[in-house]
Amino acid sequence: MRKNDLILQTVTKVAVFIILLFSVSIFFGGHYSPGGGFVGGLMTSAAIVLLLLAYDIKTVAGILPFDYKIVLAVGLFIAAGTVASSIFFDLPLMTHAYRYFDLPLLGHTSLHSAVLFDLGVYLVVVGVTMTIIQTIGDDDE
Amino acid sequence: MSILHWAIFSPFILAILVPLLYKRVGRIHTGWFVLVLPVLLFIYFFQFISVTSMGDSIRENVSWIPTLDIGIDFYIDGLGLLFALLITGIGSLVILYSIFYLSKEKEKLNQFYVYLLLFMGAMLGIVLSDNLIVLYMFWEFTSLSSFLLIGYWNEREKSRNGAQKSMLITVFGGLSMLGGFVMLGLMGGTFSIRALIAESGSWTSHSLFIPAMLLILLGAFTKSAQFPFHIWLPDAMEAPTPVSAYLHSATMVKAGIYLVARLSPIFAQIELWFWIVSIAGLLTLCWGSFFAVKQTDLKGILAFSTVSQLGLIMSLLGLGAAALHYDGLDDQLYMAATVAAVFHLINHATFKGSLFMAAGIIDHETGTRDIRKLGGLMTYLPVTFTITVIGAFSMAGLPPFNGFLSKEMFFTSMVNVVNLNIFDMETWGYLFPAAAWIASIFTFIYSMILLFKTFTGKAQLDKLEKEPHEAPIGMLISPIVLAALVITFGLFPNILSTTLIEPAVSSIQPAADHLHVHISFWHGFGTEVWMTIGVIVLGILLYLSLSRWNSIYHIVPERFSLNALYDSILKMVNNGSGFIAKAVMKGSIRSYLIYIFAFFILMMAFSLYHKGAFRMNTENTAPIGVYEIILALVMIIGSISILFAKSRLTSIIILGAVGYTVALFFVIFRAPDLALTQLVIETISVALFLLCFYHLPKLASRKEERMTFKLNNAVISIGVGLVVALVALSAQSQKFFAPISSFYLENAYKEAGGKNVVNVILVDFRGLDTMFEIAVLGIAALGIFAMIKLRLTRGNK
Repeated sequence: MRKNDLILQTVTKVAVFIILLFSVSIFFGGHYSPGGGFVGGLMTSAAIVLLLLAYDIKTVAGILPFDYKIVLAVGLFIAAGTVASSIFFDLPLMTHAYRYFDLPLLGHTSLHSAVLFDLGVYLVVVGVTMTIIQTIGDDDE
Repeated sequence: MSILHWAIFSPFILAILVPLLYKRVGRIHTGWFVLVLPVLLFIYFFQFISVTSMGDSIRENVSWIPTLDIGIDFYIDGLGLLFALLITGIGSLVILYSIFYLSKEKEKLNQFYVYLLLFMGAMLGIVLSDNLIVLYMFWEFTSLSSFLLIGYWNEREKSRNGAQKSMLITVFGGLSMLGGFVMLGLMGGTFSIRALIAESGSWTSHSLFIPAMLLILLGAFTKSAQFPFHIWLPDAMEAPTPVSAYLHSATMVKAGIYLVARLSPIFAQIELWFWIVSIAGLLTLCWGSFFAVKQTDLKGILAFSTVSQLGLIMSLLGLGAAALHYDGLDDQLYMAATVAAVFHLINHATFKGSLFMAAGIIDHETGTRDIRKLGGLMTYLPVTFTITVIGAFSMAGLPPFNGFLSKEMFFTSMVNVVNLNIFDMETWGYLFPAAAWIASIFTFIYSMILLFKTFTGKAQLDKLEKEPHEAPIGMLISPIVLAALVITFGLFPNILSTTLIEPAVSSIQPAADHLHVHISFWHGFGTEVWMTIGVIVLGILLYLSLSRWNSIYHIVPERFSLNALYDSILKMVNNGSGFIAKAVMKGSIRSYLIYIFAFFILMMAFSLYHKGAFRMNTENTAPIGVYEIILALVMIIGSISILFAKSRLTSIIILGAVGYTVALFFVIFRAPDLALTQLVIETISVALFLLCFYHLPKLASRKEERMTFKLNNAVISIGVGLVVALVALSAQSQKFFAPISSFYLENAYKEAGGKNVVNVILVDFRGLDTMFEIAVLGIAALGIFAMIKLRLTRGNK
């Protein structure tokens, strides 16, 4: 009963990468401009949802073979680990550190441990939204 | 821990060992092991007579909770020793009696003796404690153990009901007594009874004094079965007879008497004490003796008789307290009331104990306690008959038994009331001796019923379950000892006067210095002798014509009795709470929400009004632009139209529109992160809503229709909106502190290396909140997963 969604699928192929890029940009820019892990994560899942709309769940599961519950757990682990790691340096919980490095390609860049925490948030948000959408979408009854 | 402490706690220790003895040495009746302890304790306490009769006392302290001024302090003076001797002495006799009364094979002896020992220890604790809180602890222990003993035959429904009734009533009294004790402790600054007595005069006008007195009296009256709390005692007769003899005649019911006597030096400072105690006592005396005549059950008669005799002692204690207030008599005469109370206390314990045991023998040997079935047992049970004669004549107050002496002293005290200089005693004062006299006539009648209906007349052997024969000698020893004491105290009352009565009276009336008790058997033709003669003559006449006036007991039907009142109160409380629970806990979420919101409105509105907290200050508000007005209008229109939307789809779409408007608000209020998030989240939630509504079951009854209007819902929602608006306005209009946001703005880059202050706060300054918010998200996702995937249907478990 599926119609020929050629236009949708073609547009999706282009649009998904733009959305993903946008979400990555929002994620990394979070500390300096509007955005961050939360919105970044939501955008990423929006891209995946667009894939789900254009193709079906099985195809998308083939393209992106993740168990989103594990993504969620990994995200929580990273976030909690970042929170906890400062105590190994004899600092209060949740103390972030940052410093400027001269990296190849990127040049003079600041690296901030808050990004790790944001990465955790990002993964959790992706995991949560995708778990919910997939579970409800899978449900036949 | 002194020897005294070990002595008082020894019943508890033995109670632990009893089940072991029962299991290991089952061949011997467990009671023999138990018997040793009260005998030893009796001997131990007996030696203190030499101390107390000199007017000295013994005090042993062990600290328990020193920070709360609670210590296990024991204190032996005349009053405490008298009770301790009663408890251990009658305890020994009762245990000896129970060895023959309870069968080794059929009964759960381990339970019986554990409960009895607990009771004995608790009772000793009550009468020897100096600390009010410790006294209360032992007091509740007696309530608990007597509950267990009354319900000993727990397979019978009557036992369970009697146990429940006594528990409810005595614990009710015990709790109010605790309240009184705490008030007493607050007033005096200590829980030690001796210290309280020593300084009692200083706070009679304290505002807590009368409440404390009333509460403590409530405790004493419920425990001692005073009117109208006596109703538990007749029902407690379902207990085994040794228990009735011990608890419900000699010891537990006297705990209230003990308390009244013990605290008399404190509370007798005010007249109210005298009035309450003596009038309650007289009322109980008359009521109990009057209704004892009606009973047909041997133990029922004895129960009501106990009630009335306790009333007698109580009224005498009240009269003794009058000594402090009224003139008109010399000291020695009003001291007589207290002496009579103590003397009758001892006498009652002896003759009532023996009567209960005799009733137990009759029950045991004939199979019934109903006096309508009994009769003519004199020749079958000659020893029991003799015991009953002595007990019943003593109870009726006939010479030469000890009941005669204490009854004479009782009459003397009552006659003395007339001479007291209380307000208009010319008329009212005569009520005291009159009531006492009438009650004594009834006492005489029921004593005679108890004796003659059981032992004389024609034997009705066919109605009895067993062929009656005399009880084994072991069962007879205890009542014989008690009956012998009745005669001994009757003939030689002065062996008690200096040893027990004088020290006890001097603890009740510490002010009495030149106390000398001499009980003379014959004291000349006074008013009281004529009263006794009148009692005997009228009593005989009334007993002989019993069948003619018996019908007055049926004038007031059973449903107006106090028992019916108790039952209906119990039923009312039960049904009432059920009714309230049903009325309030409807099970519908709508009604609970109404409670919550209504409570919220009332509390917030009241505190706004009460504290005068409402303010309206527009000084610091920003100017309102065109965009804000347009967006606000959109939101208002959207929100209101949700209420009036006919189809659910419309509501969802409008809800989405409101959400996007909020995002636009975030934009114009310069919150880009919020706007971004709000947009995406609103989209997702609208999609989920649509999903839900797509799956709603297609029931015939489910029609798409507009929300129905309900006035109370409208009132409550408008109320909530109004209150929240008022609170928000007031909060906005009065700011007490400068906001801390400037710190974030200044330090976001310096300290945390970020320019997006919102994000810096989220991941750095207040990152822990974010940590747990993502945990919340994770839990939500796993919850949805679990709810959808792990469905246990009926067939698929």
